Amino acid sequence: MQTLFFYLVAAVAVGSALLVVKCKNPVNSALALVNTFFCLAIFYVMLEAPFMAAIQIMVYAGAIMVLIIFVIMLLNLGTETAKRYRHAVAGSAVVAALLLAQAVYFLNRSEPTGMGSDYREAIAQAGGHTEAIGRALFTDFLLPFEITSILLLVAIIGAVVLAKKEI
Amino acid sequence: MHAALPVHNFLVLSAILFAIGTFGVLTRRNAIVIFMCIELMLNAVNLTFIALSHHLGNLDGQVFVFFVMTVAAAEAAVGLALMIAFFRNRESIEVDEINMLKW
Repeated sequence: MQTLFFYLVAAVAVGSALLVVKCKNPVNSALALVNTFFCLAIFYVMLEAPFMAAIQIMVYAGAIMVLIIFVIMLLNLGTETAKRYRHAVAGSAVVAALLLAQAVYFLNRSEPTGMGSDYREAIAQAGGHTEAIGRALFTDFLLPFEITSILLLVAIIGAVVLAKKEI
Repeated sequence: MHAALPVHNFLVLSAILFAIGTFGVLTRRNAIVIFMCIELMLNAVNLTFIALSHHLGNLDGQVFVFFVMTVAAAEAAVGLALMIAFFRNRESIEVDEINMLKW
C-alpha cells in the first residue's frame, strides 16, 4: 500500500518536474513547480518529518513561488517564441543522463551509512518533532543559525538596492 | 526501526528530479525558468537530506534542510531583483541577451 502510494506520488512529481522544463509559458512552469513542491511535502510526511513538510509548503509553495509569480506578472512575460537550440538540447540531455546514471550507480553499489543514532528518543525527550529541531537549531547549530540571519539581512539590503530606479 | 520503503527509492527519485533540473538549467533561455529549475534541484537535494536523516535516525539532516531553504529564500530575493534591474535596461530577460560585460 505504502509502496503503491510512493510510486503514484513519485510519478506525479516527476511528471510535473518535466512540465516545469517543457512549458513555454513561465506561469505554467511556476504552477507545475508548485505541484512538485506539494509532492515533496507528501514525501516529507511519509519520512516522518511533519515540520519540514509544513515549512516546505509555507516557504517554498507559499512565499518563494508567490515572489516568482509576482515577478512574472510584473515583467509581463509572454510565451517564449524562439526555439531552443537543438545542439543545446542534445548536449544537456547527455549531461543529465550521465548525472543520473552516475548517481544511480553509486546508490546501488552500497548501502548508505553514516553517523547513526535514534532520533526518536530525542524527539520523545523534547516532546515533539518541531521541538527536537528547535533544540538542535539553538544548541548544536547556533553559529550557522546566526550566520543565516546575517545572510538574510544582506539579501534584503541587496534586493532593495538592486531594485531601485537608478543603479 | 525503519519504514517499509527502502531509502533507495527516495534517493533515486531525487536523482531523477536533480537530472531534470539540470536539463532545464542548460536548455531554457528564460532567466526566470532557469531560476525555477535551480529551485527544483535544491528541492531534490532536500529530499535526499530528509530521506537519509530518516534512514540513519539522525536529526542533523533536517536542520540542514532548514538552512538550504533559508539560502533559497535569500537567493530568490536577490535573483529576482537582478532580473528586474536587467529587464529595465533591455526589456527582456533572455539569457542570450545578457552580454553587457562582453567586449
